[in-house]
Amino acid sequence: MRPVYMISGGITKFAKAHQDKDFRLMVKEAYDYALQNVPRFSKDMIDGAVGSYFSDHFTRQLKAASMVQDYLGLCPKPSRRIEGGGATGGLCFQSAWEAVASGRMNCCLAFGFETMSRVNTWKGNEFIALASDTNFDFPVGGFYSGYYAMMVQRHMHEFGTTVEQMAMVSVKNHANALYNPYAQKAKRLTVKEVRESPMVATPLTMEDICTMSDGAAVCILASEELAEKVCDRPVKITGVGSGSDAMRMADRPHGNVILLPHEREADYRQLRYPGVHSFRGGRMAAKLAYEMAGISNPGEELSFIELHDAYTSSEIQTYEDLGLCKYGDGGHFVESGIPFLPAVDYGLELPNRGRLPVNPSGGLLACGHPVGATGLMQAVFAFWQLQGSVGKHLGNDKLQVENAKRGLIHSHAGTGTYITVSILEAA
Amino acid sequence: MESTGTIVYGIDPLVIRDHYEIDYLHSYAEDSPFFIGLTKGTLLGSRCTACGYTYATPRAHCMECGEPTTWHALRLTGRIHTFTTCHYGGEAFLKETPFTLILVEFDDADTLFLSRLKGMPPDQVRIGLPVVARFAKTPSFKVTDVWFEPTNKA
Repeated sequence: MRPVYMISGGITKFAKAHQDKDFRLMVKEAYDYALQNVPRFSKDMIDGAVGSYFSDHFTRQLKAASMVQDYLGLCPKPSRRIEGGGATGGLCFQSAWEAVASGRMNCCLAFGFETMSRVNTWKGNEFIALASDTNFDFPVGGFYSGYYAMMVQRHMHEFGTTVEQMAMVSVKNHANALYNPYAQKAKRLTVKEVRESPMVATPLTMEDICTMSDGAAVCILASEELAEKVCDRPVKITGVGSGSDAMRMADRPHGNVILLPHEREADYRQLRYPGVHSFRGGRMAAKLAYEMAGISNPGEELSFIELHDAYTSSEIQTYEDLGLCKYGDGGHFVESGIPFLPAVDYGLELPNRGRLPVNPSGGLLACGHPVGATGLMQAVFAFWQLQGSVGKHLGNDKLQVENAKRGLIHSHAGTGTYITVSILEAA
Repeated sequence: MESTGTIVYGIDPLVIRDHYEIDYLHSYAEDSPFFIGLTKGTLLGSRCTACGYTYATPRAHCMECGEPTTWHALRLTGRIHTFTTCHYGGEAFLKETPFTLILVEFDDADTLFLSRLKGMPPDQVRIGLPVVARFAKTPSFKVTDVWFEPTNKA
């Protein structure tokens, strides 16, 4: 394997609906933005592309990635489509990484989109729930918010996690997004407002759950030689990992924790793992990515994280999977203030705020979740953080993490069935 | 009366209604005995012929070791492992809201079973609560032919 660099990225604004642009034009907009930011690069240097979109039900256009390929003028270069539920974007990023790392390509474009506005929200929820077992799970009341609600009920039971701790995640991510013009749903919230918003699936309220979106994102990945030639501040991808778990939550085992280097068996004598309270695939993805990047204590060695917060509860569960704190301590981790940004006013008391910002962009909760674009959006935000170019791209530098050296992006599919973790570093 | 024209929602950009529906021939294949079992008031899980791992939700091959499983009739009583009450849902289930989903744990199985809880107000549902399986008198040959109710129902 050879080193792989990200040399540029672009995103469209995420919105409830982009009826004036189809998926081809949305990707084109993000792609043109990415190209403009690397003037010494030209599209002739792209050897191929990987496209990502989650749902054939939403598009009702099979082979939609082929239509993007020709629209961008990339035919007859190699192209493929990646699909992996909510982790589609993260998988796409890693697939493009593989193309360059293997030497098959010197430059690979990763593009992703989703057009979720084509059906009403509840039909959309039904489509998404088809990503649960259609014999045993979907007919019982197929609804992802319900599945995640059951997972966090168990987390609350095992560890004493509270709904107020979850609400703090919502306050944080929505407030961060106030400074991100690409975000769909920026707002200032209080813990009380999160709890008083309409109940969706106990204990998750509307403000605990991300919205559906239309949007697109692209990343351009390149070999070291090409990156040095065309890009002033390339970002190196130093670790990739992914993991999986049983499709049916009911089938998840109750065994031993997969340990990270800074953890011991004694930490978890009483814990039956993963059950439905934790994402074993996320722990596996983190372990593999940390091993490749040479990270032994992620809480100390990362500058920021963009993770898959489709639910406030999953952000808390993911702190633990990523080893930022021990299993069970995710609620206290958010209360500590560690994942908040130093420069943003949240209206909360936060003792250790800003030590390791999580979702400085606003995450899925506030940016929106156009599934196939989401994992690539995270890569673009991480890229800008590591370049120190947040101010240039967002029009203000409130979300810029100071001295950002190493970032983690995390993409997650239905109840943790596929999860990816990638590590990016300032070169 | 069925409409034959095209419904137009807007003209700039032009947005029209595009209808789509389909019937599938859906085979339960190797899982068929489970669904037939529901019509007879039995809950069939799977037990691995090699390692003995027991699944409350059936599968023909063991997820742990890959060997074939045999059918294993579960006791019809268990406990609530976790739960939620859904006030919204996918379109197909919106009219049934609010409904309560539970994962059931059994003494004689290593894994859980997803089902609905009926016969109890949502605010009284607790983890650990004993529940008993109930079966539809008229089967629909879906997993919803079974649901659970509290064992100690008043």
